[in-house]
Amino acid sequence: MPQGGNNAPTEQGEAVFRTESVTKTYRVGEIDVVALRGVTTQLYAGEFAVILGASGSGKSTLLNILGGLDVPSGGRVLYRGRDITHAGERELTAYRRHHVGFVFQFYNLIPSLTARENVQVVTEIADDPMPAEDALALVGLSARLHHFPAQLSGGEQQRVAIARAVAKRPAVLLCDEPTGALDSQTGIRVLEVLLRANEEVGATTAVITHNAVIAGIADRVVHMSDGRITGVEVNAERRPLESLSW
Amino acid sequence: MRGASALRRKALRDLWNLRGPMLAIALVLASGVAAYVGLNTTHTGLERTRDAFYRDYRFADVFVSLKRAPETATSRLAAIPGVASARTRVVARANLDVPGFPEPATAQLVSIPDGRRPGLNRLYLSQGRLPRTAATDEVVVSQSFAEAHGLSPGAALGAIINGRRQSLRVVGIGLSPEHIYQIRPGDILPDFERYAVMWMNRTPLATAYDMDGAFNSAVFTLTAGAEAAAVVDRVDAVVDRYGGLGAHPRADQISNRYLANEMHELGVLTRTIPLVFLAVAAFLLNVVVHRLVRNQREQIGILKAFGYRDVTIAMHYASMILAVAMVAAALGIALGGWMSHGMSTAYQGIFRFPFFIHRLDPATAVIAVAATAGAALAGALGAVRAAARLPPAEAMRPEPPPTYRASLLERSGLRRLLDQPTRMVVRHLARNGGKSALSVLGIAAAVGIMMLSRFGTDAIDYMLDIQFGLAQREDVTATFTEPTDHDALYSLAADPAVGFVEPFRAISVELVNGRHRYRTSILGLTPGSRLHRVLDDTLHPLRLPRDGVILTDYLREHLALSTGGSVRVRVLEGARPVLDIPVAEFAREYLGAQGYMRLDALNRRLDEGRAVSGAYLATGPETATALARRLQLMPRVAGVGLRRRSIESFDESMGRIMAVFTLISSALAGSIAFGVVYNSARIALSERSRELASLRVLGYSRGEVAYIILAELIVLTLAAIPPGFLMGAGLCWLLARGFNSDLYRIPLVIGPVTYGLAAATVLAAAALSAVLILFRLNRLSLVAALKTRE
Repeated sequence: MPQGGNNAPTEQGEAVFRTESVTKTYRVGEIDVVALRGVTTQLYAGEFAVILGASGSGKSTLLNILGGLDVPSGGRVLYRGRDITHAGERELTAYRRHHVGFVFQFYNLIPSLTARENVQVVTEIADDPMPAEDALALVGLSARLHHFPAQLSGGEQQRVAIARAVAKRPAVLLCDEPTGALDSQTGIRVLEVLLRANEEVGATTAVITHNAVIAGIADRVVHMSDGRITGVEVNAERRPLESLSW
Repeated sequence: MRGASALRRKALRDLWNLRGPMLAIALVLASGVAAYVGLNTTHTGLERTRDAFYRDYRFADVFVSLKRAPETATSRLAAIPGVASARTRVVARANLDVPGFPEPATAQLVSIPDGRRPGLNRLYLSQGRLPRTAATDEVVVSQSFAEAHGLSPGAALGAIINGRRQSLRVVGIGLSPEHIYQIRPGDILPDFERYAVMWMNRTPLATAYDMDGAFNSAVFTLTAGAEAAAVVDRVDAVVDRYGGLGAHPRADQISNRYLANEMHELGVLTRTIPLVFLAVAAFLLNVVVHRLVRNQREQIGILKAFGYRDVTIAMHYASMILAVAMVAAALGIALGGWMSHGMSTAYQGIFRFPFFIHRLDPATAVIAVAATAGAALAGALGAVRAAARLPPAEAMRPEPPPTYRASLLERSGLRRLLDQPTRMVVRHLARNGGKSALSVLGIAAAVGIMMLSRFGTDAIDYMLDIQFGLAQREDVTATFTEPTDHDALYSLAADPAVGFVEPFRAISVELVNGRHRYRTSILGLTPGSRLHRVLDDTLHPLRLPRDGVILTDYLREHLALSTGGSVRVRVLEGARPVLDIPVAEFAREYLGAQGYMRLDALNRRLDEGRAVSGAYLATGPETATALARRLQLMPRVAGVGLRRRSIESFDESMGRIMAVFTLISSALAGSIAFGVVYNSARIALSERSRELASLRVLGYSRGEVAYIILAELIVLTLAAIPPGFLMGAGLCWLLARGFNSDLYRIPLVIGPVTYGLAAATVLAAAALSAVLILFRLNRLSLVAALKTRE
């Protein structure tokens, strides 16, 4: 499978992800919770997409399924034309290892490893990674290579997480509420880093958020509500980061 | 208390959620309780049984053997101040001829008043009856011998008493407080098949033994407050003229001594082993409860914010710990009861009692429960206090992320060789240095206990090897009825099966140095003896000195002697001279304690020409039994010993007891090993599940993630083995020291198999833990770990 290249995002280009009527039902205790009620959508190569929805709208579930952390109850998921709906545990691990970069709300750094080592955790097992130092330079943390998570601020920790996600040159970068735990100013700095990573690495980037303000910086915005896609809008013009605030 | 029921429910649910680690802790606690209850109940059971048997069957306080005294001397003995009652009797040695048993067996025949039970050292009859008043051939046979040969009332035996053959009829099977531990005088191992105690009417026994109107043994009970030592001296003064062989108090009575020794050893075990378990369990609780409190910080904060008092919070956690302790105590008491039943049964194979008072004392149970609760609370004290002290506002904030630094190992330049997962392992171990060290200590304790469990087998094997492989190498020992001229050896050497003959002379003595005394025997051996040798510290044969005596090394401390000094020897037979003999050397011996001299030197000192007591014979293993039988028929031969056969039968009976002991203690050691290893792995897993899930999300496989947890487990386990070996050697040393007595000294010998098994046990426990951890790791939820902040 080809790696994500450095080509600029093209409108309605090659679909990296295609979901067809994806449903997901969890069994919580004795009741069934329906998280996705038939989601059909695409993510295109190199684009910066925002999936916008309220808490409980199913956006995280969709992201987890795209990222190979979860499997759908029904429907199909295609990654670059390949059906990963019924992929096994081993296959999904390899998929995550070689193609997906994740960024989470709570950073999920390894506390016993320094910033650089947290990036190396990924570069050591990737096929064609960039040097960890370069990834950290990309997020502006060259001066913090040897700091442990406990010695970094929240924003810095999230930037390390982004460096870790992009260092393997992933085809897709999936971010689950990356600014959720950060104040507005720090959050904008993190988004800036994500945009730069999207441009420089060319990874198809999906950011899920409940923060509508962020939608303005995306190429495309996918609206979700109650387990369904309620609308897709294409931003003719992306808002500059400096104009954001929340 | 309002809100108490909600908290109680929370406690129960928390316990249920922690059932894995809590069960492991309960298992270790229960093992400690079981060890305590089992050992203590067996100990008190033996003690009560002995005391009851001694009391109900009127066990004597003072004993004396002598050559021959007229019956008229009885009144003088009974009149000794301090003596409550005195009984005289005839004790004879006999060679036995047991139908269907080709090997030589000997018996001690003890007289009883014709047709009546003796006034002291009464008989308990488990089968049959006492001999009838006028019966001349009826005997009661000791239970152990009867069992070994399947004898029951009605059976016939042949006996050679005083050189005359006589037919005996078994009419009863009995036990006496005098022979609870039935061992042939002078022997170091019991041999139920080849040695019997029999009770017979006094008139026929006296007739057969030329003791008409006379006696050669007397036993006494004392008046309240009388001092045994004083009575012993007075008895000696009376029997001196009758060839007294030295009176001794009950404390020196052979069966009682072995029994007391065994009980002393049980006491040592009771005081040590349970402590190890309780300490380990306390440590485990400390770790688990600390973690519980840390995980529940926010809950504690909320409860306090709602107005719960510190003491209520503390009680909440304490109640959870006590619940675990109580379950463990109940389990341990049940297990201990079962254990002590098994141990008591095993003991009754060696120590013969008519009954066994086996009862779980309420006091023992109370102590067990209190100790368990105490150990558990002590272990959890710090964590509970921390929980109670946490200010609510601080408690509700999540704990800051743990601080790590590069470990010493990495800073020394090895950093580049380590991949990230390995760095995680190293740093986690280093950051939790104290906890890691305690885990290592806990696992090491398991290794140590495991070694302790097999140490007895190793030590006994070694002692027997040295004793019978290097020192006593004779195949057959023939003892004459009385000291005989050297020429008698020719009749032994004449047997074609005899390859080699070495004479010996054995005399009963009391060794005295100032106020230190010890009653034993001195053995006269031929210089350069090849069969029966005396060994030095390095196990090389010692040369017997021209004149002096070599003593067992135990006597060096016991009698406060040193080489170059001399020891006063009170000979207890013949002309009963008192001699001062230089101490030439000390010999390394594990069994018994005695003296060795050159045969000619001993005889010169005794002024007895060329007297010998018997001879050591060398022959082939196939010919030994037949030779022993032929020797036994010789008129002058009082007894024949087949040492190697005795060892085999000892090995068999001891082997069974050791197997039971090893099994029980291995199970206990295994429970410690599993408890510690599983717990530390479980805690590592729960503390780091988020980290591990993150790695899985980043594309690490299950195996790669398992490595991080399991590498830590393996490092801890492997690191624990060397200190475990040390701890085991230390425990064995303590045990050996605690067990030391004049009967035997346990050498600190630990075989490679013991080391191997100890290591294998903890490795197996680690492997089992690893499997359980892997099982949990496979169920790790990736999504949940990403959502929650710790």
